[in-house]
Amino acid sequence: MEQLIQQIVNGISLGSIYALIALGYTMVYGIVKLINFAHGDVFMVGAFIGFYSISYFHLGIFPALIISMAACAVFGMLIERIAYKPLRNATRIAALITAIGVSLFIEYGTIYLRGAQPQAYPNVVPLHDLKIFGVVISGQSIMILAVSIILMVLLQFIVHRTKIGKAMRAVSHDMDAAKLMGINVNNTISATFAIGSALAGAAGVIFGMYYTTIDPLMGIIPGLKAFVAAVLGGIGIIPGAMVGGLLLGVIESFVSAAGFSLWRDGVAFVVLILILLLRPAGLFGKNVKEKV
Amino acid sequence: MNGMKHTKGFWLSIVLAVVIGIVIQFLINGEILDSFYTNTLYLIGINIILAVSLHLIIGITGQFSIGHAGFLAVGAYTSAIITMKLGMPFPVAIIVAGIVAAIAGLIIGIPTLRLRGDYLAIATLGFGEIMRIIFLNMNYVGGASGMSVTHMVTWPWVISCVIITIVVITNFTNSRHGRACIAIRENEIAADAMGINTTFYKVVAFVIGAFFAGVAGALYAHNFYIIQPTNFGFLKSFDILILVVLGGLGSMSGAVIAAILLTIISTYLSNYPEVRMVIYSLVLIVMMLFRPQGLMGTKEITAFFKVGKTAKGGVQNDKHTVA
Repeated sequence: MEQLIQQIVNGISLGSIYALIALGYTMVYGIVKLINFAHGDVFMVGAFIGFYSISYFHLGIFPALIISMAACAVFGMLIERIAYKPLRNATRIAALITAIGVSLFIEYGTIYLRGAQPQAYPNVVPLHDLKIFGVVISGQSIMILAVSIILMVLLQFIVHRTKIGKAMRAVSHDMDAAKLMGINVNNTISATFAIGSALAGAAGVIFGMYYTTIDPLMGIIPGLKAFVAAVLGGIGIIPGAMVGGLLLGVIESFVSAAGFSLWRDGVAFVVLILILLLRPAGLFGKNVKEKV
Repeated sequence: MNGMKHTKGFWLSIVLAVVIGIVIQFLINGEILDSFYTNTLYLIGINIILAVSLHLIIGITGQFSIGHAGFLAVGAYTSAIITMKLGMPFPVAIIVAGIVAAIAGLIIGIPTLRLRGDYLAIATLGFGEIMRIIFLNMNYVGGASGMSVTHMVTWPWVISCVIITIVVITNFTNSRHGRACIAIRENEIAADAMGINTTFYKVVAFVIGAFFAGVAGALYAHNFYIIQPTNFGFLKSFDILILVVLGGLGSMSGAVIAAILLTIISTYLSNYPEVRMVIYSLVLIVMMLFRPQGLMGTKEITAFFKVGKTAKGGVQNDKHTVA
């Protein structure tokens, strides 16, 4: 029983990282119908910015988190403006190939600049391990949960209570109609990329603290899994991404605990294929009839 | 359609390819080409097979699959098991590798090809990864440390596999089945409405592509001395993808030219792998921004020799793009 709860706790910590990344995927997909492959690399850049601000500028964890989020927001907007905006009316495949190109460019650009060697992440979490009913919850886990919950609440607030959130919902519903209603679509899309990338940056910093090493190719696998999480919850649906991320994290930690840790990376893809075949709209999605 | 002319050009190009193959064999025998160049030639051959087989899936049928390295891995491991563990000759290994990869393609294709566009891309990527993880966990083939394979690839094997691949895929493309695939690429719903069994043709194209990727895998495994699951990650899939995208989605000669060019470039950049990847990614981005149809578009190289002759059937303009 304790073992079970321990695994659930681990799964939730891992899952909230996936959920934070998945939110960016799902928001971007909801608004421009593009799988932003570079999102996982924004996550990696966020982890490195967090690392440099902690190690070289001796900042605390919260300033580092905020700097990383801000830098990633700008970075995400730049990616959108330079690479994706000119392709907004191109075919989906062209946009997808560009996204793959951007992703490879960020990964190998980073390797070119600093080398491929992994980097140990400094442990600056001010919290101690907590022991409840025999279950050890590490300081990092508490930190991850707290940060994720705060950010998700903030996101819900932005999307549902502010003007820009309203614009985002309108654009994702119908871009042309939104344009006719006087919404600045370009700015709204930029804002979406900024918010999504900021969440990925935050996820990068807490991922670094949880796993204690980071490297330039670290974004690929979590990025893909976060995409799986987004699909699992129903792509384009914000609560879906949160639930999907948490669910995927819990499934993964159970698979690891069952002694199949080498198969862990495969499980996410099995989940993806099953969900695509059985319920392509995702857990929270509604089936949309295809129009000719 | 001018049937006679087509056949004539067809045989002419085969004879030309065979002659080039024999000349290169003499150059290798005469030791005019040293092992570095010979190895580059083998790599070019393998990449041509991979590019052409993926071209059939992406360029002709319009199904955006980015898990091609998975089939390469299946072919490589199958052939290695046959020659190394079972002690059977290399030609058997090539054929069985192709067949097993084709079966894998069938198993993967039937469920995933119901998906479209980005979902298909992600699902095939996922299958490629699952394939890699399966090999990683199989102790029979050495797990993460890989499997050592004897070098058995010689130039006649490479060139004959390349010629067979190109001939089969060209003829498939020009057959009524190939036309059906092109119809699916241009508009799947319309093709369906015209009575084309879209699922069937998508799976057929996928299986043929997987077969030749398996053949390439057999050559790949017996050209290197060791195969490891890390050789078949999604970066390998992207390496193959860029050949097709650069050449032009829908142009086989484009895929061949891109395979030759990029193999030569990456051989010279092999000491700087990160520079190579930075260049590759920039090429992808710039290509999509300024010439999304690729170097050749959907044109074949023969189109450039037929300026002014409009009697040719088939695709005439560059407007057709994938998806």
